[in-house]
Amino acid sequence: MTTAQSRSKSGHPRLGKYWDSLKFALYCMTHPLDGFWDLTHEKRGTMAAANTILILSLVVRILKLRYTSFIVMQVYWEDLNIFLYLASILLPLGLWVIGNWALTTLFDGKGRLGQVYMATCYALTPYPLIQFPLMILSNGFTKDEMQFYSVLSMLSLIYTVILIITAMGQIHEYGVGKNLLFTVATLFAMLVMIFLMMIFFSMISQGVSYFISLAREMLFRM
Amino acid sequence: MKRWKITGTVLALAGMLLCTPGTAEAEETSYTYNYDYWGDVQYSPDLYSVSKVFTSSDLGLEQKMVSPSGLYVYKDLIYVCDSGNNRILEIKRHSAEALDVTRIIDGFQGDVDVTTFSNPTDVAVSEEGCFFIADQGNARILKLDPDLNYLMQFDKPVDNTLDPAVAFQPNKITIDTADRVYCIATGINKGLIKYESDGTFSGFVGATKVTYDWTDYIWKRLATQEQRTQMESFVPTEYDNIYMDYEGFIYACTGAVSSDDLRSGQADAVRKLNLMGNDILVRNGEWPVYGDLYLNGSGGGYEGPSYFSDVTVMENDIYVCLDRNRGRLFGYDDQGRMVFAFGGNGNMDGYFRKPVALEHIGHELYVLDTLDCAITTFVPTEFGNLVYSAIELFDQGKYEESGEAWKRVMALNGNYDLAYIGIGRALLRQEKYKEAMEYFEIKYDDENYSKAFKQYRKEWVEEHIVWIIVVILLLFLIPLGIGKIRALKHEIDTDEYFQMQEKKL
Repeated sequence: MTTAQSRSKSGHPRLGKYWDSLKFALYCMTHPLDGFWDLTHEKRGTMAAANTILILSLVVRILKLRYTSFIVMQVYWEDLNIFLYLASILLPLGLWVIGNWALTTLFDGKGRLGQVYMATCYALTPYPLIQFPLMILSNGFTKDEMQFYSVLSMLSLIYTVILIITAMGQIHEYGVGKNLLFTVATLFAMLVMIFLMMIFFSMISQGVSYFISLAREMLFRM
Repeated sequence: MKRWKITGTVLALAGMLLCTPGTAEAEETSYTYNYDYWGDVQYSPDLYSVSKVFTSSDLGLEQKMVSPSGLYVYKDLIYVCDSGNNRILEIKRHSAEALDVTRIIDGFQGDVDVTTFSNPTDVAVSEEGCFFIADQGNARILKLDPDLNYLMQFDKPVDNTLDPAVAFQPNKITIDTADRVYCIATGINKGLIKYESDGTFSGFVGATKVTYDWTDYIWKRLATQEQRTQMESFVPTEYDNIYMDYEGFIYACTGAVSSDDLRSGQADAVRKLNLMGNDILVRNGEWPVYGDLYLNGSGGGYEGPSYFSDVTVMENDIYVCLDRNRGRLFGYDDQGRMVFAFGGNGNMDGYFRKPVALEHIGHELYVLDTLDCAITTFVPTEFGNLVYSAIELFDQGKYEESGEAWKRVMALNGNYDLAYIGIGRALLRQEKYKEAMEYFEIKYDDENYSKAFKQYRKEWVEEHIVWIIVVILLLFLIPLGIGKIRALKHEIDTDEYFQMQEKKL
C-alpha cells in the first residue's frame, strides 16, 4: 500500500521504491528484529538506500570535524588526511562485511555478501541521525554541560553496534547464541585479515626495495 | 603520460632548487620559543637578551672562581658562593652591565674552632642582614651577623631515622621572615629539614610522595637479593634547590626524576610548598610544568628530560626554572602556563655549560654557570617588558590596559597563545563576551570560552525571550491545530448528513 502511495507522489516507480526503502531504515531502527527480517526476506531494502545511508554517515563524520564545538573536538588540521579519516570507517566496514560473509557462508548463513553489506549499512542509520543534531547542539553547550554530549554520542554508537549485531542474526537466520558467537568470530577474522594485509604489504615493500637496491648496485658497477 | 612525468621531474627539481634556501632557514632554531596548544614548538621573539657575561676577570678577582654553586640576592647585593675557593663574594649591582665585587668573605670572628668555610654551597641573608651559610665541608649551617660575627650554628638534626655515622652535608638553604631555616641536605630524602630560629630541629617538610605500581612490587618480590640491590629503591626523590618567594611559599625543584614519572604525572619537577609542606602549585596550563616537552630526545649534547637545578620567583608570580641539562630557562605564570623558554648548551653569550643557580632583581635574571665560572645577566627586551606589563596590569585589575598591552604583544608575535588568551580574558572582564569567545576559540581555551559563552548565552536568551516563546508556542500550536483541522475534516467526511446527501446524488 505504501508503495502505491509514494508511486502516486513521485510519479516514478524506481524513485518511489528507493524512497520507500530509505524510509524503511527508520523502521529497522525502531523495530530491529522485524525490520531486518523483512529487509532481505521481503526485499524491502535496496542497495541504493544502503549506499545513501553509508554516504550520509561519512558526510556527517566529516562535517563533525568542522562544526562540532571545539570543546569536545579539537582537530589538528595540519595532520588531517581526509581519505585516511574516511578509511577509518570504510576499512572496518569492508573487513566486517567480508569477514562476516566468509564465516557465515560456511555455517548455514542465509545472507549473501551484498545482503550483509546492505544490512550493515542500514544498521548505521542512528549514527547520522543522532550525530548530526548533536553536532549542531554541541555549539550551545559549555564545558560543564558537555556530559550530555558525550552520553548521547556514546548512545548513538552503542545503538549502532546493537543494530549491526541484530541485523546479522536476522539475515543469516541465526539464534541469539550463534549470532553472538559469530560476531566474536567475525571480529577475530577482521584481526586475521589485518595481520595478513600487514604481512603482505611489508613483504611487497621489502621485495621492491630489494630490486631497487639490486638495480642501484648494477648501475653503480656499470 | 610521458610528458607529464618529464614536467613533473622538472617541477620537482625547480621546487628543490627554490626550496633549498627556504628549508635551511626553517631549520635554524630560534633562541626563544614556546609551546602551543598542540605541544608544537613556536618560535618567538626574545623576551630576554644577554646584558653581559661576568667572568672572574670581568669582576676584577685576583683569584679566579672555582666551581661556584650558590647565588643569593639581597637588595642590590648579589652573593656568590665560590665553593672551590671556600669563600663568598659580595657583589654590588650598579646596573645589569656593571657589577663590582665589594667584599670577599672567607672567614668570620667568633668563639668556635673553625672560623673559615669549607665548601660553602649556599648563602641566604635575612631582613636584618644576617648571613646564613651552608658550610657543607664543616657539616653546619652558620648564622653570622652583618659584621661577620658568629651568632649560632645549625647542626645535624637529631632524629631516629637518620644514620648517626653519615656526615651532615647541607646543600641548599633558604630562610623565612622569622629566620627559620629550611635546608636540603645531601643524602636526606625525607624532605626539607626545618629549623626554628633558635636552632632546634622541628621536622621534615614537603617530602615527595613515593610512587610505585603493583608490577614493580611483584618484580621486587620475585627478584633475588642481588637483583633487588640493582633495582631502584622506592625512596622519595631529593630536591635540588629551593626558593622562598615574597609571600613565604617555598618553591622546590628537582631534576632527579625519570621521564616516565614526569609523563604519567607521578613526579613533579617543581613544587610550591605551603607551611604544611603540601604542594599548592597551580597547574592549569595545557602542558605540565617540566620544561621541554620532548623528554627522550637526545643530541645537542643532552639527553632525557629537563633537569631543574634552580628556580626563582618574581614579584608578578612568574617563576623561572633553570634547566641544567639543556642550559635553558623556562618561565611559567601563576597558572602554570609557559611564558617563555630560551637558551641552550654552548659557549656563546646566553648559552651555558652547566648552569646551577638563578636569581632575579626586578625583572632581570642572573644565572651562575659552575663550569664557565661566570654570571650571565639577562635584561628583558621590549617584547619581554610588554608581556610583563600585560600580566601585571591584569593582576592590578586594569583589564582594558592589559588587553591593549596583549594586543601589542600579539602584533609582535602572532604565535603567542598567552596573548590571545590574555586579550580574551581582558574582554571577558569588560563584558564583551562575543569577542572574548573568538579569541578563546582560536587558542582552544575551553575553560574561559565556557565562562564567556555562558554569559553570552544568558544575554542572548534575555534579548530574544519573546521570539523563543513564540517559536515554542508555534511548535505546540501548529501540530495541535493540524490535528484539530483533520478531526474536523474527518467529522465532516463521515457525517451522516453529508453521507445522505451523497447517497441522494
